[in-house]
Amino acid sequence: MGKMRDKLKQYLKPGYYEKYDYHWGMTIDLDRCTGCEACVVACQAENNLPIVGEKRFKERREIKWLRVERYWEGEYPNIKLRFIPMLCQHCDQAPCETPCPVAATYHNQDGLNTQIYNRCIGTRTCAVYCPYEVRYFNWFTYKWDEPLEQQLNPDVTVREKGVMEKCTFCIQRIRQAKDHAKDDGRRRVRDGEVTPACVQSCPTKAMVFGDLNDPNSRVSKMYKNPRGYKVLEELNTLPKIVYLKKADSDV
Amino acid sequence: MSDYREPTYAEVNRDILRTLLETGSRYWIVFGITATIAIVCFYIPWIYQWHVGLGASGQSRSDVWGTYLSNFIFWIGLSHSGTLLSAVLHITRSGWRKAIYRSAEAMTLFSLMTAAFFVLIHLGRVWFVHWSVPVPNQMGLWPNFRSPLLFDVMAITTYLTASSIFIYMGSVPDYAAVRDASTGLRRRLYTIFSFGWRGTAREWHTLGWAYTFFAVFVIPLAVSVHSIVSWDFAMSLVPGLHHTIFAPYFVCGAIYSGTAGIVTVMYLLRRCLNLERYIREIHLDNLGKLLIALSLIWAYINILELFTGWYSGSSFQYEALTYKLFGYYAPLYWEMILFCAFIPQLIFWKKIRSSWNIMFVISILINIGMLTERFLIVSTSLPRKFLPNAFGFYFPSLVEISITIGSFALFATLFLIFIKWTPCVSIYEVKETLKPLRRVE
Repeated sequence: MGKMRDKLKQYLKPGYYEKYDYHWGMTIDLDRCTGCEACVVACQAENNLPIVGEKRFKERREIKWLRVERYWEGEYPNIKLRFIPMLCQHCDQAPCETPCPVAATYHNQDGLNTQIYNRCIGTRTCAVYCPYEVRYFNWFTYKWDEPLEQQLNPDVTVREKGVMEKCTFCIQRIRQAKDHAKDDGRRRVRDGEVTPACVQSCPTKAMVFGDLNDPNSRVSKMYKNPRGYKVLEELNTLPKIVYLKKADSDV
Repeated sequence: MSDYREPTYAEVNRDILRTLLETGSRYWIVFGITATIAIVCFYIPWIYQWHVGLGASGQSRSDVWGTYLSNFIFWIGLSHSGTLLSAVLHITRSGWRKAIYRSAEAMTLFSLMTAAFFVLIHLGRVWFVHWSVPVPNQMGLWPNFRSPLLFDVMAITTYLTASSIFIYMGSVPDYAAVRDASTGLRRRLYTIFSFGWRGTAREWHTLGWAYTFFAVFVIPLAVSVHSIVSWDFAMSLVPGLHHTIFAPYFVCGAIYSGTAGIVTVMYLLRRCLNLERYIREIHLDNLGKLLIALSLIWAYINILELFTGWYSGSSFQYEALTYKLFGYYAPLYWEMILFCAFIPQLIFWKKIRSSWNIMFVISILINIGMLTERFLIVSTSLPRKFLPNAFGFYFPSLVEISITIGSFALFATLFLIFIKWTPCVSIYEVKETLKPLRRVE
């Protein structure tokens, strides 16, 4: 009986992200971002994203786990162009996780919002519920033409039609880093050992990725930057990506 | 028109069984047409879409839901009045229900089936649809019980089961009547359908008890089904959908379109099967009054929806609202308001309420309005969510339009099969409403 009571107590206070080792997060410094879209290409190459072609792109059926949103500010002579890279925010209270009838999307022990392609039946509810619109649906089964299939990443699956997909924070790299750490007899991955493709490719080093549970990691320090803000924070989804505001000289 | 002589018991049997036992060439022609349209416009595009993927529809990145889902709501809505109305009127002992409830319940059953098809069409990988049903399996994988879509699967299957049992149970004495009037294979078949009904006092008592039990059981079910359908939308964060009013809004709209659907079906049955003596002005009159009440509630909730958006002070809500009222689909919005809020007010006039032809037209207009309402729910809110970069535009593709048209043919085909299989007016209950001719002392 006492054992059961303890179990219940444990159940009521899960605190899973304190119990586990990692809480991956990212910061993106918009002051450094030039909108070069190197991250977009890197993501495309790393995660086997299909190249949908011009026709499908015009139908807004492209698959880009990371996109650089472009906004114009002001009227003609005083016009400004803003960039904001938008990718899955890996929300701690993810609105996309509750509605999936088959639980194909869930929070894993690293605090990542993951998508199980094999389980997905394609109701697309998660995409409707996601306020950031970073979930992409496979409207067709895409093919890679002759030499292109040679560059597919063997660590990442190729998705078929009718499946939802989105940014994973390059979970294959996280897994690999954890395995290496284990082989070396370390319990934890060191800061900087995991870099998602987008972070790796950023020429201005605008993106920082790391473990938020480690107070000394670069990302934890960047998190405290006063310029930091989260997109659509008022929806209380607890997004894990902090954007650092662009510092304007004329404001 | 109401100067028909009240039929005798024998005439009731003869008139209604005639609709089953005699099949003219006109029936076969209409049946052939609807069945062909159902196959060509519904199943063939679906198979095509199955083959190439959901890209065959007009849905794209931000508007991932489209007409499949809006038609699903429409058909679920149309299903709402039949069983619900029949059950409510049964419990309140309203005698006028007796001539119309069978076909109303059939409408429920078949529109639910059509709606269920739309769930399947909507899925990206329909071949795995069984994963959304909690079946114990080797891998210990369960569906997600927090998901409103899963509630939906449960609610709809329950409603479908309950309403089919309800309609079947009410038809047992009529199946016995068919059995007694027929010969050969049909007789043997209906012996099975009627469970060997003999009409003893004990059987009547059990039937009455069980029927009332089911009527009570079905009412909360009907209300819950459409509330749950609305939660699919209202539980999201989408500015145009995240409203607490959605559940009553959907239920009211559903009963509204369902009642209009009953009027349409009534009119057609009365015309095509010569049932003028049974489906009379009183039914039209009462359904008309119900329609007025529902149209007023519906209009009220619509105004309320505008005000919640307007008073919210949220720019996202404003954007969604402006797009709905003045955006690309604004003509459809105002058409919906005209058809569902203004035109039904004509029913206040007794002259209009008692004219079959005008009521037929109004009932069809209401359902056109309701179809657009459901279309607007998905097509105006999803393309205008939060990030302007992801704003999109939704227009249904040919496949979607064809499947929408085909669904009406599918419904008509199922209904046509039904009227040759079950008496579409309850024989025994119509007899209950007649004055007894002569008592045997």
